[in-house]
Amino acid sequence: MNNIIKRFIPQILAILFVVLIFGFLTLNAQTNMDNRGIDFGFDFLSQESSFDVQFSLIEYSGSDSYARAFLVGLLNTLLVSFISIIICTILGVIIGVARLSSNYLIKNSAAWYVEFFRNIPLLLQIFFWYYAALRALPMPEKANAWFGVTYMTVKGYYIPAMVWENLNVFLYCALAAIISIIVLRNYANKLRDTQGKQIPVLLYSLALLILLPLLSFLFGGVSLGFEIPELKKLSKISYIYEGGISLPPELIALVLALSLYTSTFVAECVRAGIEGVSKGQKEAAASVGLKPNQVLKLVIMPQALRIIIPPTTNQYLNLTKNSSLAAAIAYPDLVLVFAGTALMQTGKAIEIVSITMLTYLTISLTIAAIMNWYNKKIEIKEK
Amino acid sequence: MQTINFLKPSRDNIKNYSIIGSFLVLVSLIDVISNAFLKINLTSFLPGSLTTLFPLIIGLIGLNMMRIDYSGNKTLDLLNKNINTNNFNALLTLLILFSIIKALPQSLSWMILDATISGDSKDACTGTGACWTYIKVWFRRFMYGMYPNEFHWRINTAFILVIALGFVGYFMKENLKKYLALYYVIIYPVIAYLVIYYLISGGSFGLQWVETGAWGGLSLTFIVSFFCLIFCFPLGMIFALGRRSNLPAIKYISICYIEFWRGVPLITVLFMSSVMFPMFLPEDFFMDKLVRVIIAITLFEAAYCAEVIRGGLQSLPRGQYDAAKSLGMGYWKMHIFVILPQALKLVIPGIANTFLALVKDTPLIFVVGLAELAGMLALAKTNPKWLGFAMEGYIFASIIFWIICYAMSKYSYNLEAKYKTER
Repeated sequence: MNNIIKRFIPQILAILFVVLIFGFLTLNAQTNMDNRGIDFGFDFLSQESSFDVQFSLIEYSGSDSYARAFLVGLLNTLLVSFISIIICTILGVIIGVARLSSNYLIKNSAAWYVEFFRNIPLLLQIFFWYYAALRALPMPEKANAWFGVTYMTVKGYYIPAMVWENLNVFLYCALAAIISIIVLRNYANKLRDTQGKQIPVLLYSLALLILLPLLSFLFGGVSLGFEIPELKKLSKISYIYEGGISLPPELIALVLALSLYTSTFVAECVRAGIEGVSKGQKEAAASVGLKPNQVLKLVIMPQALRIIIPPTTNQYLNLTKNSSLAAAIAYPDLVLVFAGTALMQTGKAIEIVSITMLTYLTISLTIAAIMNWYNKKIEIKEK
Repeated sequence: MQTINFLKPSRDNIKNYSIIGSFLVLVSLIDVISNAFLKINLTSFLPGSLTTLFPLIIGLIGLNMMRIDYSGNKTLDLLNKNINTNNFNALLTLLILFSIIKALPQSLSWMILDATISGDSKDACTGTGACWTYIKVWFRRFMYGMYPNEFHWRINTAFILVIALGFVGYFMKENLKKYLALYYVIIYPVIAYLVIYYLISGGSFGLQWVETGAWGGLSLTFIVSFFCLIFCFPLGMIFALGRRSNLPAIKYISICYIEFWRGVPLITVLFMSSVMFPMFLPEDFFMDKLVRVIIAITLFEAAYCAEVIRGGLQSLPRGQYDAAKSLGMGYWKMHIFVILPQALKLVIPGIANTFLALVKDTPLIFVVGLAELAGMLALAKTNPKWLGFAMEGYIFASIIFWIICYAMSKYSYNLEAKYKTER
């Protein structure tokens, strides 16, 4: 009896507390909305949005619906996160390995890089790149070509666009190459397990990856052209580049700041992972007769990755959430397009903010669920 | 064989090799330095891109010659061991050295040599360097926001008082030490709130009322981070214990809370606090924007705190729980006297990281219109009298934040070392 009271009273109290808070808030919201004559509902999503977005991956104009504006924002968020994740991973791995270098200068430069970039608030870094560093770039008419065809100007970075013919044939070939690589790997593993033979898988896969798409160019009728940006005079003093792809300065500033900032955290994860593999493992592997690259591939990396991947994914999640700072420099991401402009126009604060939060929540929880599953899978099974 | 031996540096011909090698490295360094500082190209007689590559090649050859194992020369051995273990390392060493030398004169002249700090208007800045006059003129705004100039002493006094009160715990008498947690968790926040309310807000004791809209600059950053810090820790502890509880309702409420806040970006939380939250309050109930923002950040960071503390709770061996239970301790006694002291010790670095993240997140309140340091910079940047000094402003703010965050992280290392117990 005593035990039952001990178990149930706190639970009932906690549930009551939560229910009361939610009830109180909804009640208030209801009266407030009644007083102001606002109704609750998601009908506005299909209405015409009548605002423009500077930069979008899909076709979008003011006559499209709010739902499409939401999609534009979401895609922009995913784009900036995707690019930044790739760059920060590359940088992070390099810096993380550099921190373990035996070279005094490299080790310390890497350590200072980490200390420097991670102790400055991300928002300030974004502002610095956007308002200070990128503003110092030349005007379009004075820009020098980088690599001959790309132009870094104060109005953005102009790069050549790819013009494909028969793109689908090329994609099929690439897909075929990937499938054949997977088959080859499985076959090589089987061969190693049963007969102890080693096949240079990496070499073969690289060859496949290059050869098959190349064949599509030669026989499949695929052709690739480049549309190079060209300077065009708009008026007496205003110039612009036409053709090609233009990356707006907001995107560049955001990618720079996000990837430099997050790379410091990734670097720390990588360092911790490699340090976490005990020296004995390396020595044991060497004493069994494995070659240095085999030691790295078969013994060190699998164990280090087990330590590295979970915190690194966490950093990727943080990066995706931090990309919402884009709103501060007017890069049209989910927060700016939807929780900013759309909210101002419709005034549907509750609906819009909750949709935005739910979107981020869904992304986070999905990745977290995948991570948990992965962690369970690679966990060392002891005892 | 003889020639190969001659070309390969070894202990036999150590003198020749080390002298020639160091001479070559010296030549390459002199070339780069003269190029960077004096703008003289010593190797202009070389064709094309060889001019730029010359110091690198010469330096590499020099370092290669100097690489003699167990030379017996202390300096040489130290150099070889640390910066010159193989050709790749030597290349990286040279590249780092050269880029430092190349970057030094430019940044030096911009930041110090050509910079201006005199005068009190934009006209003073005519040079090519940085305009620190801008920072000097705007300094008070950056520190105190739009708070009236003649009342700045109130902010300073409040901060000094709050910090002094924070140190009281160190000087408490032995018999009062057991109330230390009570002091820091309940009494101290209340006193600090009262001090800040009556001194900075004013409105009574003959002090003029200053509304929170006028607060700003770095002092606002401190106020926001201070309140969030002291409130998010106890809240996080509650949710960490809740998540480890074996009562399903409490456990799932805690899990939902933690996962919700960890899944959304802070900026949307701030948006929520500024545009959505007023809708959820009773009609005639007014809550200041600053208070709303502080509550939002506290709730947000508490979830992160909870996860860190849970990590500490989880890493304690089961034996600790069993031992406490076998002594007849109840849930609260067990946690207060056995589990939490050990767990909290373990999570000091994690908690410090969370606090660091919190301080770095405070500039975000700029997006809901509170002008702390980043907000004041944005304001100063668009002032027509002071256009074009964004770089100086952001560098200044970065330096300030960097110092704060770096000091915090170093302090947490010290704490970690101090409380480290053998396990």
